[in-house]
Amino acid sequence: MAEVDTTVQSTTGVPQVLASKVERPSEGWTSWVTTTDHKKIGIMYIVTTLVFFILGGVEALMMRLQLGAANNTLLSPEVYNALFTIHGTTMVFLFVVPIMAGFGNYFVPLMIGARDMAFPKLNALSYWLLLSGGIVFYASIFFSPPEVAWTAYTPLSGAAYSPSGGVDAWIFLVHLTGLSSLVGAVNFYATIAHMRAPGMGWGRMPLFVWTILIYAILLILALPVIAGAATLLLTDRHFGTNFYTPGEGDPLLWQHLFWFFGHPEVYIMILPAFGIISEVLPVFARKPIFGYKAIAAATVVIAFLGLLVWAHHMFTTPSPSVVLIFFMLSSFLIAIPTGVKMFNWIATLWRGTIIFKPPLLFAAGFLSLFLIGGISGIFLAIFPIDWQVHDTYFVVAHFHYVIVGGGVFAIFSGLYYWYPKMTGRMPNERLGQVSVVTMYIGFTLTFLIQHSLGLDGMPRRVYEYQDLGNLELYNQISTFGSFVLGIGILISFYNFIRSLKKGAIAGPDPWLGNTLEWFTTSPPPQNNFDEVPRVRSVEPMKDIRRQVERQSGIEAGEREFTRS
Amino acid sequence: MAEETMSEEVADGQSGNRPRRGRVHVFPLMVIGLVATAIGIALGLLIDWFPVQAATQAEDVDTVYHVLIITSVPFFVLVTTIVLYCVWQFRERPGEEGLDGPNVHGSTGLEIVWTAIPAILLIALCSYAYVTLRDIEEAPAAGEPELIVEVTGQQFAWTFAYPEAEGGAVKSAELILPKDVSVKFNIKALDVIHDFWVPEFRMKIDAVPGITTSFRVTPSKLGSWSVVCAELCGVGHALMRQKVTVVSQERFDAWLARKQAGGKAAAGGGAAGEADGGDKAAIGKTLFAEGNGEATACGACHALSDAGTSGAAGPNLDDVLQGWTPAQLTEAIVDPNKAIAEGFTEGIMPANYGETLTKPELAALVTYLEETAAK
Repeated sequence: MAEVDTTVQSTTGVPQVLASKVERPSEGWTSWVTTTDHKKIGIMYIVTTLVFFILGGVEALMMRLQLGAANNTLLSPEVYNALFTIHGTTMVFLFVVPIMAGFGNYFVPLMIGARDMAFPKLNALSYWLLLSGGIVFYASIFFSPPEVAWTAYTPLSGAAYSPSGGVDAWIFLVHLTGLSSLVGAVNFYATIAHMRAPGMGWGRMPLFVWTILIYAILLILALPVIAGAATLLLTDRHFGTNFYTPGEGDPLLWQHLFWFFGHPEVYIMILPAFGIISEVLPVFARKPIFGYKAIAAATVVIAFLGLLVWAHHMFTTPSPSVVLIFFMLSSFLIAIPTGVKMFNWIATLWRGTIIFKPPLLFAAGFLSLFLIGGISGIFLAIFPIDWQVHDTYFVVAHFHYVIVGGGVFAIFSGLYYWYPKMTGRMPNERLGQVSVVTMYIGFTLTFLIQHSLGLDGMPRRVYEYQDLGNLELYNQISTFGSFVLGIGILISFYNFIRSLKKGAIAGPDPWLGNTLEWFTTSPPPQNNFDEVPRVRSVEPMKDIRRQVERQSGIEAGEREFTRS
Repeated sequence: MAEETMSEEVADGQSGNRPRRGRVHVFPLMVIGLVATAIGIALGLLIDWFPVQAATQAEDVDTVYHVLIITSVPFFVLVTTIVLYCVWQFRERPGEEGLDGPNVHGSTGLEIVWTAIPAILLIALCSYAYVTLRDIEEAPAAGEPELIVEVTGQQFAWTFAYPEAEGGAVKSAELILPKDVSVKFNIKALDVIHDFWVPEFRMKIDAVPGITTSFRVTPSKLGSWSVVCAELCGVGHALMRQKVTVVSQERFDAWLARKQAGGKAAAGGGAAGEADGGDKAAIGKTLFAEGNGEATACGACHALSDAGTSGAAGPNLDDVLQGWTPAQLTEAIVDPNKAIAEGFTEGIMPANYGETLTKPELAALVTYLEETAAK
């Protein structure tokens, strides 16, 4: 590819960026199974979670097919209920949360100039726990999959109403993936706190690393609660305890415990996505991130408030007015730091030199789709409106705008942005452009109309609906859109597989990045860096490029010459 | 560096930076933004988002919704316009490859502005929502009548009772409400969590086993609306739909009186075991339409014109009842999963009628169904 920047190697003088001659381990499959290298583990995380993403996507398309016609009998209600349970659980526990751990694994050590994670063996453990959780859960489809939604509300998930082992498989998944994330979170925290490059104070840490730090802290705070709650459910189901039994216990206790974990989980998913956007925008707008401190502070504030809003998922449960108002207010407050991030991202674009590469396109898609998800979130936070739209397709539309329009678009932005670093090859640009446009159109067709479905009174988690008003038409639009979205996603997958062999050689820094992962070769050697440079700003690579320019006497204008 | 981040620092002349472009189009942008906002708000207000308003509470909720549209459209337009403008105006042009934008790191003033303005707006919205909440939940003034309706959710049907009706309590598989009278629903669940929702009333609340929840509405429009279960309650969740019919006060009173008369006739028959044919059928009809407090009314899911029920979750008995023997009928009630009608699914109909109905009740129900089929 023409844009490959060879300046850094081709000039003499400081700093040293040549790859070392570290011996690579054997290339066979055993090198993957036995690895403790954070980069290999990161790739295993990303590949595994993308496989689960495809499975979850297929489940979603099956549901959309069933809803493509009123009074459809394609799928039985048992199958349909199992599908949305597995779809939701997969996307949350086996895709969005762990793929962020995958990015974190690969890039946190590189971005902070470390040679591996703090505890490489724990790191491997957390990957294998994740995979085990996924296998245990998916094995249940051969027996009796859970049919209780990813929220597993009691008493429906209790032994009396769900006697089969599906719910137990779900509980096992929560335990295994929870342990995996906890181990990983401790590892991230230790790595970020102790292994940063010389000169990289908290105020010079890349924003993606900031979000992974907060991600880790939120996991440490929220996961023990769901692990405990799921254990109580397990003892209720099998050992005769009555924590959630109506009368002796309280069925609403489960909801409080679940959402005390469940809402921070939303920020566990979306904060690293924010981090990816904060890395991609300044590189492709060719301008420093606007308001670095404000964005980092907003991350911390969102995480803190995110721990105080859980009952807004429970506005239709019996609650005193003062409780409703507290949770409405706290949910509103979250919009403020989120808005601060949004405005800062836009200010980063303002007067930049915007380059239309796939990572930027996905990031721009993120900005517009997440904006809609944020605004519909305000609607839901107002409980008189929530009473109407709670548990309807309006909510389904809202959280897909946040998790898919926000999370998945950011994940794809990150995949395109870091693909050259992970593989050493450039992804195809044209295919990336086609993919992002197809995904954007498909996503909008699928989910925009679902707001109207919900406002018209269609509840969620129903396997069929009556042919009233426009329900069937709206559902058909949504079903059509979901397949367009699926095609858009497949185009990117095709691109990633094809470019492994056919992509142009990337070189160490194809995007003129700002952060230290672009300082080493692509893919990096096992020890990452022979020499870790001293960090003097939030954009160490820009400093290094300027230094090279100064010392080599090649001015900016002439540099263009060397690049072409 | 850390000190610089929040201060505005423009260094266009620095090496590697793109020369400053001509003025940004502030005035055209504002015009476009204002026009788009106006169109957005107009669309937001003109589109008929919700089902009809069938209760006074619906008006309050819809007003909040419209206020939110008016507040959020400007933000949406602001962000979208600027993003689109940026990617158009500040795109990399030929000759600018690799050149950086201005080295601006932030602006404390802007951060304060875009923190404070949303904060003020949101707190105002929050207060407004609280006022609406008080309006919606307000009880009728002392002396004004209020109808109490007990709603019971069960897998997978709703049953209703009017415990304070003059002339005796009434149970029903259908929900009939008088217009312009405040109704307080006391909602219970017998098994798992359900959620009682009438979209046209704009109110829903969970039915939680062991807890009685409630909300008020004042129906303001004659007609028939759907009662929907909005919380996943099991395999038949999608089919847990019934009807609420809002009628005039006179027709409501007449309906209540008819119900009370029917109920007395059935009760007057004494123990169902000793009742002869005609009485047995009457008891069976009551059971079919109202249930017995433990067993869900058949009519909640099955339409049968003789009993005046219109449930749609199960097969329509007007069509399929002919030609069944009493033994077959009994089996279909007690062991519903043994044979499933085409187009319906196993596990939807409660399999516990053998326990929730007494033997004489079951016999009465079968007699009623047999006689109805013969009519």
